[in-house]
Amino acid sequence: MANVISDETIEYVGILAKLELSGEEREQAKKDMGRMLDYIDKLNELDTTGVEPMSHVFPVNNVFREDVVENGDDRENMLKNAPEQKDGTYVVPITVE
Amino acid sequence: MSKQYETVIGLEVHVELATKTKIFCSCSTAFGGAPNTHTCPVCTGMPGSLPVLNKQVVEYALAVGLAANCQIHQYCKFDRKNYFYPDNPQNYQISQLYLPICHDGGIEIETAEGKKTVRIHEIHMEEDAGKLIHDEWEDCSLVDYNRSGVPLIEIVSEPDMRSAEEVIAYLEKLRMMIQYLGASDCKLQEGSMRADVNLSVREVGTEAFGTRTEMKNLNSFRAITHAIEGEKNRQIDLLESGEQVVQETRRWDDTKGASYAMRSKEDAQDYRYFPDPDLTPVVISDEWIQEIRDRQPEMREEKQERYQKEYGIPAYDAGILTSAKRMADMFEETTALCKSPKKVSNWLMVETMRLLKEHGMDAEDIRFSPENLAKLIGLTEAGTINNTVAKEVFEFVFDKDIDPEQYVEEKGLKMVGDEGALRGTIEEIVAANPQSVADYKGGKQKAIGFLVGQTMKAMKGKADPGVVNKILKEILDK
Repeated sequence: MANVISDETIEYVGILAKLELSGEEREQAKKDMGRMLDYIDKLNELDTTGVEPMSHVFPVNNVFREDVVENGDDRENMLKNAPEQKDGTYVVPITVE
Repeated sequence: MSKQYETVIGLEVHVELATKTKIFCSCSTAFGGAPNTHTCPVCTGMPGSLPVLNKQVVEYALAVGLAANCQIHQYCKFDRKNYFYPDNPQNYQISQLYLPICHDGGIEIETAEGKKTVRIHEIHMEEDAGKLIHDEWEDCSLVDYNRSGVPLIEIVSEPDMRSAEEVIAYLEKLRMMIQYLGASDCKLQEGSMRADVNLSVREVGTEAFGTRTEMKNLNSFRAITHAIEGEKNRQIDLLESGEQVVQETRRWDDTKGASYAMRSKEDAQDYRYFPDPDLTPVVISDEWIQEIRDRQPEMREEKQERYQKEYGIPAYDAGILTSAKRMADMFEETTALCKSPKKVSNWLMVETMRLLKEHGMDAEDIRFSPENLAKLIGLTEAGTINNTVAKEVFEFVFDKDIDPEQYVEEKGLKMVGDEGALRGTIEEIVAANPQSVADYKGGKQKAIGFLVGQTMKAMKGKADPGVVNKILKEILDK
């Protein structure tokens, strides 16, 4: 494995992903990530001079909707996805900055 | 303070577009619905849902970009901005980082030192977030996703402004331009226009920029002015006492008149943008751009010029009439009905402005119809009512959009110009005011004004002042 992931990096990625990893999981994640980066290095061996970066897998452009309201009030159904609800809203842990 | 400092300001302005539906789904964007009644799997970020771009969003963004003299990225695409916060159900906001739809533009503002161009770095399309209500008692937050997915454009300026006055001039110009385009109503209080202020200070003559802070939560021009003054002084004080300005986001509290740090940028700014694979690229042809250009409405400067040429309105008046889109619309629609541009201009500039000011309203809040203002002007032109009565009637037109013709008829406000009907009253007034009569006869021409006033009062303002004058002179000069 050419890429070695440091403890600091895995800690930082963990914070960004909101993941708390145990010691064992952390070691496994370091290994997995190293292997992923090795694979990217492999791709980097290809000469891509003059190749436009691709942003979509299909050669399709301009898929649009007209500006017409079609959805009605489906709150009852939507809120079935909420772990907890109150007065028509989703209840989440408090988030005051 | 020994050193001279200069303030450097750049703005990020978010504008909610006036589309009927959200940017990626056909949910309504109507303001004020019961919580979560305008939501679907797309705007609540359900797995497997697929966003489809609203064409109108692209057209509004193009219209604003062209009006702001921007270049267009004719191949543009959407990116995901990743962050965790419950107002953002997907855990990413769909935005544009790499190829924003418009870039490198600029708009001209008037400053105390003359004209100045504020350059626009870019304009990009993105989706708005939901609304959080914090319930401190229950120790939880409640989320309403009605606003999630409402289309926004973010207009990012270069750091070209140097004072609060320039910032306000830029925002007013931007707001007017967007309102004229019909792309948004741009109401700061309701949040359809929001400005984040990036500000730094540096010693006059220095090239390099100082460390900047970003201020959020500014929802009026007044708050923006106060926040700029407050932040400028805070940064200067730090530098003067040998401390450093920390790059951070600060929240302005207008009631306290102070800002406080929200979060440090270093640990929270890793958004890991990448192209959104759910959305196809947007290709904007030359023809499409031309189509938008051809459809651009007449802007303020053009209207000002046309009002002067076509209607003979003085430059100053044309400036006021076009200072809000709604005012200009009222002027044009009313003039089309009554063909008296100068009178329409006068009613809008004097009485309408006065009442708007009295009620603390904006031109956008005008409720009366051009039809009823045109009718009122018609009544004065036909001599059916005099100016004093017209002003009283106008207050009802302004408040309740009443039909002035019907109102004048019902309340019996028609002007009395019949000599026979007036002569009796005038004779009584003359008899009751011997002193004024004596003054007049003694050469004081002005004394007649008092007698006219008394007659008008007795006639409850409905007398024709010309006829009253004529009869009075006849009696007095006898």
